[in-house]
Amino acid sequence: MPEKHAETAHRLHLMVCAGTACVSNHSFAIKDALEKEIRKHGLENEVLVVTTGCNGFCERGPLLVVQPGNIFYQQLTVKDIPHLVEEHFLKGRPVSRLMYTPPKEKKPVPVLSDIDFFKKQVLIALRNRGLIDPEKIEESIARDGYKAMAKALTEMTPAQIIMEIKQSGLRGRGGAGFPTGLKWEMVRNAVSTNGGGKYLICNGDEGDPGAFMDRSILEADPHSVIEGMVIGAKAVGATEGVLYVRNEYPLAVKRLQIALAQAREYGLLGEDILGTKFSFDIKVHRGAGAFVCGEETALIASIEGRLGEPRPRPPYPAQSGLYGRPTLINNVETWANVPVIIDRGSSWFSSIGTETSKGTKVFSLVGKINNTGLVEVPMGITLREIIYDIGGGIPGGKAFKAVQTGGPSGGCIPADMIDLPIDYESLSQAGSMMGSGGMVVMDEDTCMVDVARYFLSFTKDESCGKCTPCREGTKIMFDILTRICEGRGTEADLELLESLAPSIKDSALCGLGKTAPNPVLTTLRYFRSEYEAHIRDKKCPAHVCRQLNTYTIDEKICLEAGHGCDVCRRNCASDAIRGEKNTAHSINQDKCIKCGVCLDVCKFHAVKVE
Amino acid sequence: MPKLTLEELAKVREQARKKTHLREGGEVRAKVTVHMGTCGIAAGARTIMSTLLSEIESRDVRDVQVTNSGCAGLCSREPMITVELAGEAPVKYVDLNPDKMKTIFAEHVLGGKIVAKYALGIGSEKTDFPKE
Repeated sequence: MPEKHAETAHRLHLMVCAGTACVSNHSFAIKDALEKEIRKHGLENEVLVVTTGCNGFCERGPLLVVQPGNIFYQQLTVKDIPHLVEEHFLKGRPVSRLMYTPPKEKKPVPVLSDIDFFKKQVLIALRNRGLIDPEKIEESIARDGYKAMAKALTEMTPAQIIMEIKQSGLRGRGGAGFPTGLKWEMVRNAVSTNGGGKYLICNGDEGDPGAFMDRSILEADPHSVIEGMVIGAKAVGATEGVLYVRNEYPLAVKRLQIALAQAREYGLLGEDILGTKFSFDIKVHRGAGAFVCGEETALIASIEGRLGEPRPRPPYPAQSGLYGRPTLINNVETWANVPVIIDRGSSWFSSIGTETSKGTKVFSLVGKINNTGLVEVPMGITLREIIYDIGGGIPGGKAFKAVQTGGPSGGCIPADMIDLPIDYESLSQAGSMMGSGGMVVMDEDTCMVDVARYFLSFTKDESCGKCTPCREGTKIMFDILTRICEGRGTEADLELLESLAPSIKDSALCGLGKTAPNPVLTTLRYFRSEYEAHIRDKKCPAHVCRQLNTYTIDEKICLEAGHGCDVCRRNCASDAIRGEKNTAHSINQDKCIKCGVCLDVCKFHAVKVE
Repeated sequence: MPKLTLEELAKVREQARKKTHLREGGEVRAKVTVHMGTCGIAAGARTIMSTLLSEIESRDVRDVQVTNSGCAGLCSREPMITVELAGEAPVKYVDLNPDKMKTIFAEHVLGGKIVAKYALGIGSEKTDFPKE
């Protein structure tokens, strides 16, 4: 009898997270260990192990969620598995030792939906998070996958689809926030001048440092993106689609290719989809990983085999895109939202969010925050709710200083604006932007001049060099910021930055150059005193810019706590430290090159920095 | 795999849901615990478990949760199960075989009527998550 039911009648499903973060924490070894122990106890017909995409709570990986019951296990090691299988899955006793205990609390929270990190999240783009195996199309179909596509292909006209998307208020999730329905309408109405059909592109060239929303969606739920694209294709009348993904995302590429093949096999993609006579197919194009290729015209050039450089717009891709044909290009997250809008209706979707920004946004929450991970929240949620309720606050009892949104194109929002509700407008009024959804949290130990310098070093390197304002401008801004960080800045440098930044914004060719000055402008706007401290007092208030630091040794601590351990002297590269074992040490400031090694190696906190 | 039509897609969805509904949460009508200590397994608890799972599958019941526990302490009366309807006291059944299991599933788990002739009594040790 058990053989007959080996496929179906399991009483427990073990959902092992196999997103990139958990995989790099050996979640496949956890899966193997689970299967081995389950076989050992003869439970293979009762307990099923499923690998899912990213669960979101990456900080705590590798993760395992047990269904039914939604029991959340975290930070598992292979060593934990025999005990876990025997106790929970054989004897029915959940193991509290492996559950999540919030910081400052003693009692674990067993059920996923009771954990603060998950409580305030609203899942639309990530609706199948942790619930399906992304490599099995049936599991996606069980969660209403391709249902909206079937509806769009059989019951709706292109005009009706476009109207539904327009009324939903969906805006592009890739950065600029252009109304999606309007873009679709432009492509629908565009006439191909060179006689060919229209193209459809999914922009998966996610390049912001610290951002991994698109990767997670592609890895966890590729069918939601494919389904969205087929709906878009019917709406605008496209017959060919391209999914542009970075080659640095091997797992996303692999799962996409599996998903595309399965969708074709089922007749959900390709010729005559679902017997409706509508045909559309998608190919994967792997990008070489240039940041500028996230810009739509550069991305199109890259697909065509040309150098990944942007071109002036207009004409917009809607008129003349890939191979000169009208092209609809949307970001991964935008596509993943489309099936839900068609399935549940635009009024349901537009009931979530704010006046101008509807629905939800996925953010990758990183930096100085307790709960690093992927979160999806309704538009209009405040930064405070994201950082403190979902993110669990700042580690180590440090103070929150700023949050950087929108990646290198965005800006830094200071701590006193923590109650800012998040939508496209409020973020751009604050000098930042929604961007694709990177959210980097910074604590009191962060130097804002150094942060601006870091982002400029990124955009300077990634500038394609085609237009002068971006190529030269980012370099000059970077050089000025470097000067300031090294204590060689002058008052005139601030004026130069302030006049340079807006002119780069106005004159650069593409989004990269137009937004590159944002980190400088926002840090100048909100943290001007830090720039002035660097320039006038030659001090870095956060002690990050080492050239501005003065290192001294507290002789009392050195002698009494450390007994003159001599480690600093032996590590000093410039022979600047005087002293020997069992005597107090001191630093010769004339010789000191301010490398900070003494501070790093002193175990007794005798080295002070000012 | 043949290409799907609209109707077939709906069929695939229904089939697939039978396998994945466990993950969806929702209200649970009843919880059935099969006691699977060494004594239980030796007395045939595995067969009881597979009978129970196949009953659930063949009747396409989606709101009954199956769990197991170690030895219930009454080894001579194994195989044993505990049936806990939502909001009601747990009932223990003893000396089970597949036929008895089927009767209990139909009459008690689905029908809500205790099968007195197979029951040991009402009440149970706690199988929930330990308090501390």
